[in-house]
Amino acid sequence: MAKGRVSIVVERCKACGFCVEFCPTKVLALSSAFNSKGYHPPHVVHPEKCSGCDLCGMYCPDFAIYATKVLAGGGDR
Amino acid sequence: MPGSLINDLGNPVEPFLRSDRMPHIWCPGCGIGTTVNSFARALIESKIDLQSLALVSGIGCTGRVAGYVKLDSFHTTHGRAIPFATGLKLANPKLNVVVYSGDGDLSAIGGNHLIHAARRNIDLKVICVNNLIYAMTGGQTAPTTPDHSITSTNPYGVFEPSFNLPHLVEAAGAVYVARWTTFHVRQLSRSISEAFQKKGFSFIEVISPCPTLYQRRNKLGDGLDAMKYYKEKSKVRHGAPTNEVGLTMTGEIVVGKFVDRDRPDYQTMMRTQYTESLGERFVEQPEMVCDCS
Repeated sequence: MAKGRVSIVVERCKACGFCVEFCPTKVLALSSAFNSKGYHPPHVVHPEKCSGCDLCGMYCPDFAIYATKVLAGGGDR
Repeated sequence: MPGSLINDLGNPVEPFLRSDRMPHIWCPGCGIGTTVNSFARALIESKIDLQSLALVSGIGCTGRVAGYVKLDSFHTTHGRAIPFATGLKLANPKLNVVVYSGDGDLSAIGGNHLIHAARRNIDLKVICVNNLIYAMTGGQTAPTTPDHSITSTNPYGVFEPSFNLPHLVEAAGAVYVARWTTFHVRQLSRSISEAFQKKGFSFIEVISPCPTLYQRRNKLGDGLDAMKYYKEKSKVRHGAPTNEVGLTMTGEIVVGKFVDRDRPDYQTMMRTQYTESLGERFVEQPEMVCDCS
């Protein structure tokens, strides 16, 4: 089971690709869909690999992505 | 994932942002937003009272930070972020004053203020986002632009020697000098937290990509290519002599904490001197208390 979950604010994304490149477990990829500004926001391709480290959130220059930890057994952080 | 609760607290940096002003004007691939991320996380980690924090910016791309953070902030005139911050600090010594500005603003038009604030050792935390060029005005040569790079005012290559900012501020007297790139997000965040613990002039230089003007004219790719370059070519050398950490266009970037020393700050020196020469007659002004709640 995944230890974390990625949340993406699609409309803020400018598709710089930092999160895709620097995700340590390679959870993300840029999607082919557009947001309203014409950028390709990332989407989650391997949700099970996410560790919730929030490195994507630290790299994102547009504050458009963040990851949160999911604890087994139904608790949060 | 049925049965598991998700933490829905949202983005941890959101409380520090003026969300109504998002998306911001920074270009895709620009690193300034990343530095704001690290700064916000440093604020969370160091548990600074946000009522006792003021952020001052100058003009330029990085100067926009003052408008995007939900803190007491001021967007000053060009180059005058440090004088404004000095005034804030002198009037209200309890305030944590952060100067968040770019290389052009701090080292070119505000260069004089930078060295004198460092000389006086005024208790300011200066975060200088260095994108190696004047970005907002169209990519002119800045004092930090490395040799041989192409800019709009030097289309045949820059031939002026550039400033080595850590060396400059160390020589002028700063007590804390560090350099990171936008790739080193956690280190940068830790460095900012450390600077909050220091009393005196702290200077943190952050090398940031400028894909629109610097990278494009010099055929260095986009923001992501710059980040990969930082990852590959930066070398952590804590305590490195600052005269050896100058930047080149494609060479190695020495990062780390270069200077961490103690020296009495401006207000301490002022108090000592006045007590010495005036004795009993020196009466300190009462603390200004601002009840903003």
